Amino acid sequence: MSKFKKKKGGDLPAISTASLPDIVFMLLFFFMVATVMRDSTLMVVNVLPTADQIQKLDKKDRVMYIYAGKPSSRYTDKYGTGARIQLNDKFATVEEVGAFVLAERAAKRQELQNVLTTSLKVDGQTKMGLVSDIKQELRKVQALKINYTTRIGDYTQNLN
Amino acid sequence: MARRSAPEVNAGSMADIAFLLLIFFLVTTTIETDSGLNRKLPPIEDVVDPPIIKEKNILPVVINKNNQLLVEEELVELKDLRSVAMDFLDNGGGKGEDACDFCRGKRSPSSSDNPEKAIISLKNDRETAYKVYISVQNELVAAYNELRNREFSRLYPSMQMNFIEAQKIYDDPRTSIDRKLDLKPKLSIVKGMFPMKLSEAEPSKTS
Repeated sequence: MSKFKKKKGGDLPAISTASLPDIVFMLLFFFMVATVMRDSTLMVVNVLPTADQIQKLDKKDRVMYIYAGKPSSRYTDKYGTGARIQLNDKFATVEEVGAFVLAERAAKRQELQNVLTTSLKVDGQTKMGLVSDIKQELRKVQALKINYTTRIGDYTQNLN
Repeated sequence: MARRSAPEVNAGSMADIAFLLLIFFLVTTTIETDSGLNRKLPPIEDVVDPPIIKEKNILPVVINKNNQLLVEEELVELKDLRSVAMDFLDNGGGKGEDACDFCRGKRSPSSSDNPEKAIISLKNDRETAYKVYISVQNELVAAYNELRNREFSRLYPSMQMNFIEAQKIYDDPRTSIDRKLDLKPKLSIVKGMFPMKLSEAEPSKTS
């Protein structure tokens, strides 16, 4: 008993798609592994400047993030176009940075509390005034290790 | 009656399911940037007696509100900053106990005595763009790194690597402890030769 009838010769045989799932799975696993879920949605424009003398950031649990930049387009109606700071999921003023850092620090494990790094993800167009204010706040709460997070690239890309 | 063998599950839709998942992950993926310029802020403390520093040991770098760069009150292009900073750090103009035996600079008496005393003072305006500030920081770090690379290769030619690579290996948590112990003194010697003394002034307000 034969399950398959022999095809009549002459026709081109159909291309086997049996390996398609394998290929798709391969891609799927790549993206699953490479994905990092964002824990906060960005509410600011965040085009980081580029630099090439960079060092890798510490492990994720030793880092807290401070975002700054112009509010993204859907928030401009409410918050205007002046650069702002974003902490977790909401806009914040400069004065709130210190409290944020202390809260973040208190939430970490004891042994990590002294090795925390603050990652500043600041949009390239931001004025230094705001960044200096943030830095000043960080100094007040003794969060002295900072990292200007940048994309990898030549500095000349910043200039256009 | 003999048991019939179980019918095969149709796997034709597996590709569809996998595609669905694939597209979900494609859409949600953001490749996080997790590298940048590490900096240490100075602690807030009242310096009662500021140390006296000779003016020739300071390289003032000012970025004004139009994002122009002034080094020692002269307009400098960003692309020249690295070499200017390297010339300053590597000058080695000191005599006697300030002499620098590894410097390869011009030994001009009007520039820094030795790298240990040389301080780069960075001052920016509140209106300076962040990306220009980062570019300047990047170039200044690059100047230090290039000099450190040079000295590392000169002192430890058997390592077959430069300072940056050695530092990267040292920072890698997978590196064995033996190797770290081997690298640590070498790295700190080279760091001590060119200590990164980058002082940042409070930004000036635009009037």
